[in-house]
Amino acid sequence: MAASSVISSSTFLCKSSSSKKDLGISSFPKSSQISIHRCQRKSIVSVMAPQKDRSPGTTGSVKTGMTMTEKILARASEKSLVVPGDNIWVNVDVLMTHDVCGPGAFGIFKREFGDKAKVWDPEKIVVIPDHYIFTADKRANRNVDIMREHCREQNIKYFYDITDLGNFKANPDYKGVCHVALAQEGHCRPGEVLLGTDSHTCTAGAFGQFATGIGNTDAGFVLGTGKILLKVPPTMRFILDGEMPSYLQAKDLILQIIGEISVAGATYKTMEFSGTTIESLSMEERMTLCNMVVEAGGKNGVIPPDATTLNYVENRTSVPFEPVYSDGNASFVADYRFDVSKLEPVVAKPHSPDNRALARECKDVKIDRVYIGSCTGGKTEDFMAAAKLFHAAGRKVKVPTFLVPATQKVWMDVYALPVPGSGGKTCAQIFEEAGCDTPASPSCGACLGGPADTYARLNEPQVCVSTTNRNFPGRMGHKEGQIYLASPYTAAASALTGHVADPREFLQ
Amino acid sequence: MAASLQSANPTLSRTLASPNKSPSFATFRSPFLRFNSTSVASNFKPLVSREASSSFVTRSAAEPQERKTFHGLCYVVGDNIDTDQIIPAEFLTLVPSNPEEYEKLGSYALVGLPASYKERFVQPGEMKTKYSIIIGGENFGCGSSREHAPVCLGAAGAKAVVAQSYARIFFRNSVATGEVYPLDSEVRVCDECKTGDVATVELREGDSILINHTTGKEYKLKPIGDAGPVIDAGGIFAYARKAGMIPSAAA
Repeated sequence: MAASSVISSSTFLCKSSSSKKDLGISSFPKSSQISIHRCQRKSIVSVMAPQKDRSPGTTGSVKTGMTMTEKILARASEKSLVVPGDNIWVNVDVLMTHDVCGPGAFGIFKREFGDKAKVWDPEKIVVIPDHYIFTADKRANRNVDIMREHCREQNIKYFYDITDLGNFKANPDYKGVCHVALAQEGHCRPGEVLLGTDSHTCTAGAFGQFATGIGNTDAGFVLGTGKILLKVPPTMRFILDGEMPSYLQAKDLILQIIGEISVAGATYKTMEFSGTTIESLSMEERMTLCNMVVEAGGKNGVIPPDATTLNYVENRTSVPFEPVYSDGNASFVADYRFDVSKLEPVVAKPHSPDNRALARECKDVKIDRVYIGSCTGGKTEDFMAAAKLFHAAGRKVKVPTFLVPATQKVWMDVYALPVPGSGGKTCAQIFEEAGCDTPASPSCGACLGGPADTYARLNEPQVCVSTTNRNFPGRMGHKEGQIYLASPYTAAASALTGHVADPREFLQ
Repeated sequence: MAASLQSANPTLSRTLASPNKSPSFATFRSPFLRFNSTSVASNFKPLVSREASSSFVTRSAAEPQERKTFHGLCYVVGDNIDTDQIIPAEFLTLVPSNPEEYEKLGSYALVGLPASYKERFVQPGEMKTKYSIIIGGENFGCGSSREHAPVCLGAAGAKAVVAQSYARIFFRNSVATGEVYPLDSEVRVCDECKTGDVATVELREGDSILINHTTGKEYKLKPIGDAGPVIDAGGIFAYARKAGMIPSAAA
């Protein structure tokens, strides 16, 4: 079995690289317009936008334009063309699972393929304990143990383990929040298919790949076969142009969009983001944008890879990858255009991510606490932004302010990186001066409530401004709690006033 | 269907149907067989009109005209019932593939609904629900990809959800696991039905219906769509076996 899985994995690799050559013409009629990029040490080739001219039809292949999502799925299903609505079997490049869904996914894998079955490729499975880590809950602890057993038995290469719960720093392998760790550890690569047993797996679309969340049963199937049955989604295009005002963040953009199209506005669909604003965003900000497409019901979000993407990815992986781009004549089911320069900071009021309001319209809302963390709002730049605002204001927080870095790397950044314009202070120093709680151990934390002893869990019916992604009833713990979703700037400003606040009060 | 899948993807069967992956397929059980579970504790025991003897794996081929009926009490909810309300995150430590924890998940089904839902889906202290049909509005099951959501509904004893629309992952997980039948209504039935109404869902080719016996009204349900073949097969594993994607128990 070991031999066959090695063979099948290596044939996959060869196949994918040779098929790109072999099928280059017939399979991708516009491949000449896609800059082929191979990540071979510093050999950065220019990334071209799709051009208008086309090579003549010498192959007889259909000259239907495809969106990037369609192209990724076509390549992964070894087809020359896919159209929205096609049901196709797709080869999976990376399957991610965590402590909450991993035990169930492996349980189904064993039930269906047998106790002695081996996973399809131990190097393409990434297991990241992150949800319920720093808790005394026995079943939660057991679930991490179960994952350790499976990873050992299956020889899973990428298992980011934690055994010492008393001091996360004593666990060199431990990362934290899976979606941020996937990117930081080089598992997010343009053109690939990444599935995860978590709805926010769509975060990785920021890297120009197809990434979506699946359930345990589908994951159990992928564990055994490396394949999944997917329906090709139609693509909605969101074109964001204009200079981003200094007080706005990607969180404002996605809350703006979800407010526009509703929590079911993109159900079954792809949300593709482009435009000059998107081009100006850092990778972490792009991740925030794609992270919340599932809050609009989207199947995946995607951003065309550019120099920013390649620079990030190349520093973190040596695995070859090949970006794809939407054709000029691709069909989009909807086009939305935003002039970002005219937008204002927004929040999502309880109890729905599409319950949008301007932050300044909510200034009478008294709050009890602020939470900065999660895959959405717990990245290095999120803490830098909060620290920048605290420093600019030079004031103390009026409500308890909880900080949960997403990963160990983010935690270290919070303690090590100087905040620009602060005279060399770190985020941690600024947070301490502002009276925030000490940054906690990295994990999903209270974003989704979790076991009762979870740090910063909303155990009372309080009002919380949070940089997280969902504000459904009970999401952070208490069913009668009220969650206002906001950017790190808005969260920090709100902490200083004790009300929902517009960050312009402190940033201008 | 099987043939076309194979021919479209000739490499699949070659790389996947490796004989050394097949040892324990004999133990495979279609999750849909659990529709005839004997553990339903309710006066309105949900009924499945056909016998347990025929597996869904062969159903669509052998008995194309087969009817399927769910009968019981309705539990009515509104729009955007998200997975945190269906099964709050604190219960996600329960592993659904573990039979004992599966049962326990059922006892927490819909426990996250706000206190405004006076009538609870599962009575405190009970393991099972007395409601076999859940009626919802738009975007049922939005939020997380936790499969615990359809699993807890099925584990509690619910058979079908009739909603105006679904969030994608919940719908898919329902189909892949076979825990509950996710059906789309053409009209907003959640406004016309009340918790406790007696209803029947009749699945028929082309014209499935929901009958509310309490009000005497009848509603058309939309065809199940592309997920139909997967549901008919009995879930994603059975479907893939039928299509020759993975070895079958008999192989």
